[in-house]
Amino acid sequence: MMKESVARFWREIPQRYNIIGNKCTVCGRVFFPPRESCPYCRRKSLGKMQKIQLSGKGKIVTYTIIHSATEDFEDQVPYPIAIVELDEGPRITAQIVDCKPEDVKIDMRVESTFRKIRQDGSTGAIYYGYKFRPMR
Amino acid sequence: MEDIGIVSYGGYIPRLRITAKEIASIWGKDGERMSSGLGVYEKSVPSIDQDTATISVEAARAALRRTNINPLDIEAIFIGSESHPYAVKPTGTIVGEAIGATPDLMIADYEFACKAGTAAIQNCVALVKAGYIRYGLAIGADTAQAAPGDALEYTAAAGGAAFIIGKEDVIASINYTYSYATDTPDFWRRAERKYPSHGGRFTGTPAYFKHITSCAKGLLEKAGTKPEDYDYAIFHQPNGKFPKKVAKILGFTSEQIKQGLLVPFIGNTYSGSSLVGLASVLDVAKPGDRIFLVSYGSGAGSDGFDITVTDNIMKLNRENAPSMKEMIDDKEYISYGIYAKYTDLLYWE
Amino acid sequence: MREVAVIGIGITKFGELWDKSFRQLIAEAGSKAIFDAGIEGKDIDALYIGSMSSGRFIGQEHVGALVADAAGFSHLHIPATRIEGACASGGLAVRQGYLSIASGVNDIVVVGGIEKMNDVAGASATETLATAADQEWEAFFGATFPGLYAMIATRHMHDYGTTKEQLAQVAVKNHANGAKNPYAQYKFEVTVEQVMAAVPVAHPLGLLDCSPVSDGAAAIVLCAMDKAKEFTDKPVKIIASGQASDTLPLHGRRDITTLDATVHAAKMAYKQANVTPKDIDVAEVHDCFTIAEICAIEDLGFVEKGKGGKAVEENITTLDGEIPVNTSGGLKAKGHPVGATGVAQIIEIVEQLRGEADKRQVEDARIGLAHNVGGSGATCVIHILEAI
Repeated sequence: MMKESVARFWREIPQRYNIIGNKCTVCGRVFFPPRESCPYCRRKSLGKMQKIQLSGKGKIVTYTIIHSATEDFEDQVPYPIAIVELDEGPRITAQIVDCKPEDVKIDMRVESTFRKIRQDGSTGAIYYGYKFRPMR
Repeated sequence: MEDIGIVSYGGYIPRLRITAKEIASIWGKDGERMSSGLGVYEKSVPSIDQDTATISVEAARAALRRTNINPLDIEAIFIGSESHPYAVKPTGTIVGEAIGATPDLMIADYEFACKAGTAAIQNCVALVKAGYIRYGLAIGADTAQAAPGDALEYTAAAGGAAFIIGKEDVIASINYTYSYATDTPDFWRRAERKYPSHGGRFTGTPAYFKHITSCAKGLLEKAGTKPEDYDYAIFHQPNGKFPKKVAKILGFTSEQIKQGLLVPFIGNTYSGSSLVGLASVLDVAKPGDRIFLVSYGSGAGSDGFDITVTDNIMKLNRENAPSMKEMIDDKEYISYGIYAKYTDLLYWE
Repeated sequence: MREVAVIGIGITKFGELWDKSFRQLIAEAGSKAIFDAGIEGKDIDALYIGSMSSGRFIGQEHVGALVADAAGFSHLHIPATRIEGACASGGLAVRQGYLSIASGVNDIVVVGGIEKMNDVAGASATETLATAADQEWEAFFGATFPGLYAMIATRHMHDYGTTKEQLAQVAVKNHANGAKNPYAQYKFEVTVEQVMAAVPVAHPLGLLDCSPVSDGAAAIVLCAMDKAKEFTDKPVKIIASGQASDTLPLHGRRDITTLDATVHAAKMAYKQANVTPKDIDVAEVHDCFTIAEICAIEDLGFVEKGKGGKAVEENITTLDGEIPVNTSGGLKAKGHPVGATGVAQIIEIVEQLRGEADKRQVEDARIGLAHNVGGSGATCVIHILEAI
């Protein structure tokens, strides 16, 4: 495997740790991850994108249970992955934890939780971020 | 006297559990006997994606959810643990970033076996008292390691608790704190070693009992109080036996220690141990309740706290985060095989 | 705009070709296409090569020049360009070749597509395929490439009542077709029961819902229509080339079960060709997973949205059905050397329109469509061809 610089992960910390997105103040649409401009307002939105903290609450739009994973996730199979629609609108792909894979359902309410996502081997950096769990 | 103390609190216990019986079955021991001998029936286990940093973040976020404190007003984060994910690189920065407290603050990781979390509280109290910081965040958390087959394997657990310390809207005043420490090598983990070593029965009388009783007596004297003045007492809980015994020696009743004694259901969360007990007491405490807490860290030392719950606890949104009891009850049992996989007992290249 | 025809085709066997290198594969497909067209090296104005990830699969970028060299054209200094659009790389290369002739810049070009996937370990292949997904916001969090299509399937089943049996029937049909294709990786038939009982990959998709990891190459020769007759009696005309894009991650799409890139590329192609979905006699669609074929036949307008599963169940897409789909066996059975796929699809359509598809021949096929998708639907390229 190619050795990746920690910078690539470090610069995404605000998004990965805290689900910080942004909002187009022209049309009000919310984006995650944050975008340079709004795809609907384009040049009108330049310089008018405002950072916002998303609630981390939402519902499952669709899901799968991964049985055959890439090397980094092999020791977690079978694990559910879902597309979650956050209450503010944006959709996000993440693992669902704290429940049995077969309990994951479309429209289930979920909330974010802070987890280890992957690590660069046993000597490299540990990368943290969001996963989701059934809403308490 | 100026009121300084706990402004909010939050705990976190991972969902996975393994029973003492399951562990005993692997090592050819009698599970029932191990459970009753240790006073521990099951312990919490971190999932494969959890470590001291994630537990600390969950506990800190729970503490923040119960108040309206702006995370940017937290000007110090100290995390006590003996299982910091990195040997070099702070856990505190991960937590600081994840709760939105960075960058104008001081951060440091603490280590003093199982009492690093209470040391973190003392330092936050001191900084608030000195006027250096508005709020401090003190955390004790661990994903405790135990060598396969060691007696510690039945108890070494995962969990933690976070306390926001300040002098505004204090829910539990810290009236007095007192510490007692000597150089007593009862339990240690050498640098670059994966599992701790311990002195067996030497961890008892000259270590745990001597330090806790000495600290407790010093604190009672300083505060001018007697055991019966307290509604709750919490002692470091490496197993179910020691805290009961030390309570008895000091003159506390089993009624006083019951609410804070979580070890039978989750095991020993090391730096989190006495602090998850405190969180459990705060879950049910009423204004005017008085709490006596003495931690213990091998090596060895104890930190004692005399705490009075204030009227403000009724204003704290305790229901905004799950109680310790709810987290203890929300569990999923795993086999020793899964436990081995999740706690990195299996090696492969 | 000038009209463009396919005048030559060449393909290697698809499969685990342990004894064949990247260079050997592309040279074999290319020379077959050149012989088929009856052209010579000096006739070629340009080469376009579709390859998804030679850099990760064989640690080699700069494969445009490599292919020209491997084909023996180094001394001719032919312009050679590599095109990348994940699994749509081949289709995109065809489109680039087409555009270069249509615009009047070139007269004759060779378009190749290749992937040599078995020179890395299985887990590395999975990881490389996942680079077609959004690395930062999908793969980083543990989503695999089959996982993304599985999420499309879960939602399709939820919204339209599509069943696992219907998904399985796509595999059954494509294996039946693949069994008739001498170049196919899987020349055997499977049953619905076998597909449904296969080891799970990403729920609800099992191993037999997925296209395989393959080695293989395909090449075609494109020529300006006005010159095509100099080389062949039966040129096949490209009557439309459509392409569209969409969000890279699946979660950004307007609708999880619709590949809008397909819808838009199809609209563009149907308009250019002045045909409707009803006019298509045979189609090669991008069935990297069984659910992908169901979405494709809906998004291409062959059946109504949501009726794809039912259509497969009713045998509308079999060899003798109303609209035969993936007569070659599709990616599912023919194999899916990703960069080669888009070019190989054109080859199947050309064989059908030339009437050379042997046991797979669709009777009176005059208009055929090739549909090639990149990633989970961020890129789509569609060509419509007509027998002259």
